[in-house]
Amino acid sequence: MSVVLRMKSINNLEEIRRIIGQHKRWDLIFMIAGILALMVAVLTFMALFAHMLIDGMPRLSWDFFTSFPSRRPEAAGILSAWVGTTLVMLVTAISAVPLGIGSGVYLEEYAPKNLLTEIIEINVTNLAGVPSIIYGLLALGLFVYKLSFGQSILSAGLALALLILPVVIVATREAIRSIPVAIREGAYALGATKWQTVFDHLLPYSSAGILTGIIIGLARAIGETAPIITIGALTFIAFLPPSPVSNEFPYLSFEWLTAPFTVMPIQMFNWVSRPEEAFQLNAAAAGLVLVVMTLAMNGLAIYLRYRMRKNIKW
Amino acid sequence: MDWQFIYVIVCAKISSGRRIMQTDQEKIVESIQCKSEVKNLNFYYGAFNALKNIDMVLHDKKITALIGPSGCGKSTFLRCFNRMHDLYPGNRYEGKIILHPDDVNILAANVDPIEVRMRISMVFQKPNPFPKSIYENVAYGLRVRGIKQRALLDERVEVALRNSALWDEVKDRLHDLAFNLSGGQQQRLCIARALATDPEILLFDEPTSALDPIATASIEELITDLKSKVTILIVTHNMQQAARVSDYTAYMYLGELIEFNVTDTIFIKPKNKQTEDYITGRFG
Repeated sequence: MSVVLRMKSINNLEEIRRIIGQHKRWDLIFMIAGILALMVAVLTFMALFAHMLIDGMPRLSWDFFTSFPSRRPEAAGILSAWVGTTLVMLVTAISAVPLGIGSGVYLEEYAPKNLLTEIIEINVTNLAGVPSIIYGLLALGLFVYKLSFGQSILSAGLALALLILPVVIVATREAIRSIPVAIREGAYALGATKWQTVFDHLLPYSSAGILTGIIIGLARAIGETAPIITIGALTFIAFLPPSPVSNEFPYLSFEWLTAPFTVMPIQMFNWVSRPEEAFQLNAAAAGLVLVVMTLAMNGLAIYLRYRMRKNIKW
Repeated sequence: MDWQFIYVIVCAKISSGRRIMQTDQEKIVESIQCKSEVKNLNFYYGAFNALKNIDMVLHDKKITALIGPSGCGKSTFLRCFNRMHDLYPGNRYEGKIILHPDDVNILAANVDPIEVRMRISMVFQKPNPFPKSIYENVAYGLRVRGIKQRALLDERVEVALRNSALWDEVKDRLHDLAFNLSGGQQQRLCIARALATDPEILLFDEPTSALDPIATASIEELITDLKSKVTILIVTHNMQQAARVSDYTAYMYLGELIEFNVTDTIFIKPKNKQTEDYITGRFG
């Protein structure tokens, strides 16, 4: 029945070895090129970091963290800057996290699959690529003037929240989408409603991914300068915002939200733009603190991801 | 008749010797109670007519098997029973699936699919335990109903695990993660999860296709035992499995129900030529 066509054998061993050798040479060439490309990025960062370390390390002391900026470089510190950064990040996290997770869950689980949803989805994805200064202008118009929040911690926090919102939304959606259909159907098959499925299963199982997205977003926001300058952060500030905790009932105060402020990158920017050498060293030290803060946040993200995914295998 | 055909029957008989006696009883008892009636069911994935004019009955406390080649619509049919298709847009049912004794058409638009899923449980193709403890997996269906009393949950979980022949293996580690169980144990856990809420019908979608032969045997034994408690509808690729466990068998092809009868009749004396070809392995 079947006809086997006879062909000249191509299985000449020596020929095969020669060809394999030839092909493997390309593996080697690509590997070397790849390592070189990687080195450009890694070595540049290492060199910058080392330079900053050498310059800034001697300035790092307890006083540096507990002093306000000053005309005398050796007395200047980053107290108002790191307190400002912390409070702005707090506002950013508190506003971006619920909004981002809520939108992500809605888009992934509830939204009907139609043209409008698709347009919204494309918009959200594109928002992540909008230059941060645009968010600054938006915040200036909306929060500072229209809503009269002033040039305050609240305005800055909300501006950065807008900036990282797309990151949180996309991370939430990706994390939920990575849960196998079988798990989702398993929950629905037991008679769970959408909300029960989301709350009992989807959110807990995707929490590692969502959390990572939030931290990556915050790590991006912590270094943002342009939108903060746009809404008018001060570059020199020698007082702290009012304390969020008070002695009198109700013990919590929200006055700090409307206080003027500065943040780490702006403090750095201020010092770098001064002519005195000593201030440049201060800037390096502040930069070091900022980089360590960012790396710590990323490290936390990796750790949490590992911890929370340990029990989940799919 | 050829050797493959006889092989299937012999395998079926050897694996469950008691079936022979049961079969004789079944022939005598003609009027068996009906749990559910499928009337002129059509199902559409968008414009595609996946199920065509299906009429069938599920007998109470009996096992009905759905067999047929891949893509014939057996899983689609099964998933109509717990309205799983409602989860995805563009799906449409026509016709009725009447659930007795209250004669409700579970496909009707005014019937909440969640209510249907609370009455009819399902076990999936691949074990799909939640990444929670063994206890929480079984208790989830109860928690969905708002049951919070610890004593009641404990009792229900234990009974479900006993009924799914898993209790002795897991009673000392109820709060361990379900993923630490073997594949066969995970599938029995999923059966326990489905049983915990006392369903009226239990749906199985090729429950052993991801399991090894030993785990498969234990699941099959379990399914046979469960018959006394619940009406069962099972989709299977494995004809010997259908012959071993089921009382009734339906053969489907290209979205149509070709033949539906007592399992022994389907396997020994099918009326339809297509059914015979499929069962004897000449096709499919």
